[in-house]
Amino acid sequence: MGWPVNGLPILSILIALPLAAGAACLMVKANAARWIALIATLVEFALTIWLWQQFDPNGAQWQFVESQAIGGGIGWKLGIDGIALTLIALTAFLMPICIGASWRAIEKRVPEYMAYFLLMEALIMGSFSAQDLFLFYIFFEGGLIPMYLIIGVWGGVERIKASYKFFLYTLFGSVLMLIAMLYMRSVAGTSDIPALIAYNFPKGAQTFLFLAFLASFAVKLPMWPVHTWLPDAHVQAPTAGSVILAGVLLKLGGYGFIRFSLPMFPDGSAQFVPLMFALSAVAAIYTSLVALVQTDMKKLIAYSSVAHMAFVTFGLFAMNRQGIEGAMMVMLGHGLVSGALFLCVGVVYDRLHTREIARYGGLSDNMPGYALLFMVFTMASIGLPGTSNFVGEFLSMVGTYKASTWAAIAACFSTILAAAYMLYLYWRICFGTQRNADAAAMKDIDLREWWLLAPIAVAVFWMGLYPESFLKPMRNDVGRLMARMERVAPKGDSLPTPGHPAAKAEAHE
Amino acid sequence: MSRFAPILPELMLSVGGTILMLVAAFAGRRGSRLVSWLAVALLLVATLALIGAPSHAGPVYDGLIAADLFASFGKAIIFPASAVAIIAAHGWFEQEHEHSSEYAVLIVFAAVGMSVMVSATSLISLYVGLELQSLAAYVLASYRRTDERSAEAGLKYFVLGALASGILLYGISLLYGFTGTTNFAGIAAAFGREAPSLGLLFGLVFVLAGLAFKASAVPFHMWTPDVYEGAPTPVTMFFSTAPKAAAVLLATRLCIEGMGPATDAWRQIMIFAALASIFLGGIAAYGQTNIKRLLAYSSINNVGFALVGLAAAGAQGASSVLFYMAVYVVMNLGAFLCVLWMRDQKGQPVESIDSLAGLSQTRPGMAAALAIFMFSLAGIPPLFGFWPKLLVFQAAVAAGFAPLAVAAILGTVIGAYYYLKIIKVMYMDEPAEPYGRVREPVQGLLMLLAALLISPLGYLLIGALGGLSDRAAGSLF
Repeated sequence: MGWPVNGLPILSILIALPLAAGAACLMVKANAARWIALIATLVEFALTIWLWQQFDPNGAQWQFVESQAIGGGIGWKLGIDGIALTLIALTAFLMPICIGASWRAIEKRVPEYMAYFLLMEALIMGSFSAQDLFLFYIFFEGGLIPMYLIIGVWGGVERIKASYKFFLYTLFGSVLMLIAMLYMRSVAGTSDIPALIAYNFPKGAQTFLFLAFLASFAVKLPMWPVHTWLPDAHVQAPTAGSVILAGVLLKLGGYGFIRFSLPMFPDGSAQFVPLMFALSAVAAIYTSLVALVQTDMKKLIAYSSVAHMAFVTFGLFAMNRQGIEGAMMVMLGHGLVSGALFLCVGVVYDRLHTREIARYGGLSDNMPGYALLFMVFTMASIGLPGTSNFVGEFLSMVGTYKASTWAAIAACFSTILAAAYMLYLYWRICFGTQRNADAAAMKDIDLREWWLLAPIAVAVFWMGLYPESFLKPMRNDVGRLMARMERVAPKGDSLPTPGHPAAKAEAHE
Repeated sequence: MSRFAPILPELMLSVGGTILMLVAAFAGRRGSRLVSWLAVALLLVATLALIGAPSHAGPVYDGLIAADLFASFGKAIIFPASAVAIIAAHGWFEQEHEHSSEYAVLIVFAAVGMSVMVSATSLISLYVGLELQSLAAYVLASYRRTDERSAEAGLKYFVLGALASGILLYGISLLYGFTGTTNFAGIAAAFGREAPSLGLLFGLVFVLAGLAFKASAVPFHMWTPDVYEGAPTPVTMFFSTAPKAAAVLLATRLCIEGMGPATDAWRQIMIFAALASIFLGGIAAYGQTNIKRLLAYSSINNVGFALVGLAAAGAQGASSVLFYMAVYVVMNLGAFLCVLWMRDQKGQPVESIDSLAGLSQTRPGMAAALAIFMFSLAGIPPLFGFWPKLLVFQAAVAAGFAPLAVAAILGTVIGAYYYLKIIKVMYMDEPAEPYGRVREPVQGLLMLLAALLISPLGYLLIGALGGLSDRAAGSLF
């Protein structure tokens, strides 16, 4: 096939640019490394905007396709659809912010740190654009290495334990997926993802294949009960690490469901809809309750991530348009909002070096700018109309309701609980009396921090007020996914019936 | 002259090795540098002699050996690996005031033995090759005579090795007694005629047990940690690469060419040995504090994965074994080159894992190289060590042994823990006392080369190496 339009291998460039910049970072001193990383990620973001403009929402499913055989049954095959495009844009958007968030917070071994971040960006870009099963696996798993080092070297007190837990948990999930991939190639005779999406695996095999992929994506997303690595990893990771973990890496799990589990094993997926709903319901309610009692800010937000990710699985396994689009919007919205919330934690952590909620209080007095932005993101996290998460959660709930009333009820409870724990958090930090002198003496956010948080706030409102910009590129792809699963989509227990005219109503008593 | 064409590399090494021995005897300690470089050159020339299609496809010398592509592939691993082992000894023995010229000569002879091993198509040549290699190895293990640990390693290796050889010979005698031939093809025919008799099965089990010892597969692995720890580091490096590859390749040829019809019989043994090696290698490595001991368990663990490919049998399985061993040898040579550079300020070797603490800050290049080898040995993508693991699992799945592949792949997660531990010590711990400078540019270059081959750049080789290993495996059928 060769190179895509304009003769520019844009996806390869998106992968190569951070790699090259990462290598350059290792050669220079701390300050130069910061600037190289910032400029590289900004250029990457600019390229992504260009990519978005070039993407034709009504065009072919796979665009910017590149294909280069390597031999041995693996190829350098890249290509994206609208779903991958939005996630790539999210990644490219958050990366410069992460670099900015680490500008002062990271003091030791800066060049290495920046190099790992850039390496991770390259691997994430690769995961979203890979069109070969094994190429995807290599990128997907490769992301563990930089994250392991970021948590382990620059993390908090318990960083070693957290880094091991993160690595081994995710590795364990992924290796089962690898076996499934090997089986798929030996049965279908190809590792090309578009070809596999069209391939119909035997029904019995789909059950096992689905479970094997579930092992990987459920850990990555994470779903209850395999979420326990997440709070540890989040709490111990440096701020930017948490941002990228919550903002992007978790989305790889959801992306995996959309790209692999649903279209490749529709029968297997349909079989497990009740299980997925049950797990999501537990996650939505149980982890929300857990979040309610946390005393550590980062841990609270980490648990809220698990609860929010339940909306993704709810929506996806409702298997209807609202559900899937809602799941995608939740992923994008949560990527922004949870990233922003971790940044907000980072802002006060940089000043007071504690994540203990009780140490703060009344910050709206001395940090009004901070209180304002924190409020915006708190509201967005709750899913207030006008913010990004409302669109996603609402769509996801509508989709879920069509499939299962009980699941929708659980999902609704989750939003109520979300309001409870987020407002409680906000109240304890920004309102109330100022209990500690050092917390009361903190300075308001400076220009750099405005630059980090304000763009996210803009994006949050944009997504909340005009979601069409984000829904448009993925509309056709969601349609294709639905066409693939039409046969097996759950019928739903809440079939709306048209109203009966009064005369006929008597016949029904 | 054409009669000798199929064994040209072996001839070169034997004659050259004998001449080098004389040079070493007359030149004494002064000539050690010259002798080792000549030995390296000899091995490289022997490697070059492999280029091109093998002149004789089938067995030669009345079926004693075969000069086929499989043998060439094995030799192409063994000779360069032996050469690296000689280069690795540079500046090692000279410091210890011992003769290093014989070291190179012994390695050359061991290489001859190994090349006979990978070409053997008869039980007799198999045994002769194995013993030639082993005799050289026993001496090498105890090369630092003044060091108690080295002497102990040599003795242990010798006693246990002799036992294994005895077991192997007993198995050979049974096979010969029940088939009336020592030729692989003849044995295969005997296995194919009827269901194997009890005597044949006994012979098969004993022979495989003897080979498992050489390959240090569980349950015949006991000697490995002690010998690897006690032997001088360059020797350990040698043991963990070339002889191991030779033993695995020999087992592959014997199983497929010599006992092909009895695949079901030896497959169970291979499955057990593979899984036991993977899990024992992975679990026993947990508490280790000595890097050489840890790498010994790592080599046990890795041989298990290669045996998964062998258990899959068939052309795909054999090809995956070849690919695995080729990549494994490069990874392990690289890892040991790093271990070789672990020396304190006085130049004394250090072996504790704790001494690696904070290496990423004191010696970033070396730390990065060792990290690459560790992640790669663990089979974590995007490093190249992932690909051979994928191939053996694929062979197992394609042969209908998905549960075996699942079990083995869970073993990688267990194994990943201790590789991660080394990374943790190097990258996350506070720096310990820095190592002394090692001025060995050639070794540094080799380390860099190995790291590049194992880095994601290695994926560019998949086509070439995969094609080669496919064709080499094809020559067995």
